[in-house]
Amino acid sequence: MGCGLCEVWCVVAHSKSKDIIKAFKEESPRPLPRIKVHRVKPTSFGLQCRFCDEPLCVAACLSGAMHYNEEGIAEHDASKCVGCGTCILFCPFGAIQVDRKNKHVVAKCDLCVEAGEPACVEHCPNRALYLEVVDEEETDEPKKEEA
Amino acid sequence: MAPDQPLKARYVILGNSAGAVGAIEALRALDHEGAILAISEEAYAPYSRPLIADFLAGTRTLTQILYRASDFYVKKGVVPVLDARVEKVDFEARQVWMADRSRFPQPIGFEKLLLAVGGAPFVPPMEGSDKKNIFTFTSLKDAVTIKTRVGDINKVLVIGGGLIGICVTEALVKLGKRVIIVELLDRVLNMNLDKASSEIYRKRLEGRGVTLITKDSVVKFLGRSSDDTKVGGALLKSGDKIDCDMVIVAIGVRPRLDLVKGTAVKINKGITVDRHMETSVPGVYACGDVAEAYDFVWDQNRLSPIWPNAYLGGRIAGNNMAGKVSEYPGSTGMTSFTYFDLPVVSAGMNMLPSEEVGRAGDVTDQECARYEVLMKSAKDNFYRKVIIKDGLIKGVIMIKDVTGAGILTDLMRDRVEVSKFREALMSEELGIAHLPQEMLPARLRGEH
Repeated sequence: MGCGLCEVWCVVAHSKSKDIIKAFKEESPRPLPRIKVHRVKPTSFGLQCRFCDEPLCVAACLSGAMHYNEEGIAEHDASKCVGCGTCILFCPFGAIQVDRKNKHVVAKCDLCVEAGEPACVEHCPNRALYLEVVDEEETDEPKKEEA
Repeated sequence: MAPDQPLKARYVILGNSAGAVGAIEALRALDHEGAILAISEEAYAPYSRPLIADFLAGTRTLTQILYRASDFYVKKGVVPVLDARVEKVDFEARQVWMADRSRFPQPIGFEKLLLAVGGAPFVPPMEGSDKKNIFTFTSLKDAVTIKTRVGDINKVLVIGGGLIGICVTEALVKLGKRVIIVELLDRVLNMNLDKASSEIYRKRLEGRGVTLITKDSVVKFLGRSSDDTKVGGALLKSGDKIDCDMVIVAIGVRPRLDLVKGTAVKINKGITVDRHMETSVPGVYACGDVAEAYDFVWDQNRLSPIWPNAYLGGRIAGNNMAGKVSEYPGSTGMTSFTYFDLPVVSAGMNMLPSEEVGRAGDVTDQECARYEVLMKSAKDNFYRKVIIKDGLIKGVIMIKDVTGAGILTDLMRDRVEVSKFREALMSEELGIAHLPQEMLPARLRGEH
């Protein structure tokens, strides 16, 4: 449908208050959504980090903000980020946003690791977004939302 | 270990910057036991070289510019040998000899070796370059030295308007210094920007109080009237004189080839490596600024001394060193920066071969006809240029709106024919959805 609720709830999940009204009305600077709805008629889909096997964003990162965590998954440490944009120059999907208002850091999907289920998945009214653990051998089907 | 026992490690890495870290992370994901030795002349844990300007400017502390956590070597089970210079590598006996024989009387043996020794700043002969307060700016040591001396400095001459020159200029401007840049060519950032986009940058620099002198160079450093041993100015080729009390030479870096010259390791401008990052000597690998690896824009091996390529090459080398066959996807000169608050990305060619100085005459009409240039400039410094050759993207410049830049570099890397949807490449706020719909499923899956 391309409703964009995933973007809204992503902002809330990464806000300080975790409250939809406070996040949008009071918090400044407000975090950027880490999922972006792309609308190309007749299709629309939400795009966020694809969690590549060999993530170029980690290779690209000048400061070490984009790094492998203990499980070998690419993670972004905003406190180390200088906002140079090199990860954006290397991400094949355009899945990383520059957040120029928020101290020049970038926004990358973290699958809401702290909360459990990703907020975008939890709040998708059409169940177009879902979280699936994929075997290494299988191809990673994109989370896709049909209009 | 008894001191007279020869040291030996499964993996020896010369260097402790991006390439070394890439290799270590790859090695340890595959081999938890093999001894890894990282040898470097630098005395610091791996730090982010591009961030030494932030350290100089005082916007980041030393700890804040570390590239990995300070316990990186411990966690990865790496033995760091820091602040130590390698004298020579015996590629036949597979041994590294250290310069300090009192500390290392025996050579260090290796099974696999990675040469990640980087580049050294190039300083052309200039009269009076032995005067005090003349520095280069490529290492944390340089930044620390400059930081301790910069306090009572007013005016700094930066020689070279490339990335290093611009980043040190930004740091110095933040510190309230007056900066004059002298650039040999006709424009700043000539490796990254074409004439029109470099002009945008020139205006920005001048708007921030930086003086820019192009098509000129320093022939002689002058002393101060009070103390001739300290730099007080410079004489330019044009005959102009410049007053300054500090000089930063930022002309460029050259591969550090001293350990491989005259050995079995094949070199061209840098150490030649194959797609596995292996040199002509089996089991010896190279990456980063010292290596000449595959470049997908020029379809040949080429130097591309940028941080991401060093990490990526190191990682591929590490995989192969540990026995996992892994191929370098290739790279090219790709940079993204926000110096003086102007977001810029640049990848591959920035001008047509026929536009390059001194080449106008020797590029045939037939060759010129293979190229197409898409260009758009708008208010607020928006600029975009895409160079296409035979239907493939060969160069990208984006200023102000850099959204989705990686989509263009990925099409470039994959050699995707873009003629049919070239207008889409110029979309503002570029997203993957701007690509033809039939391409989307495969591209979203990362299939090439």
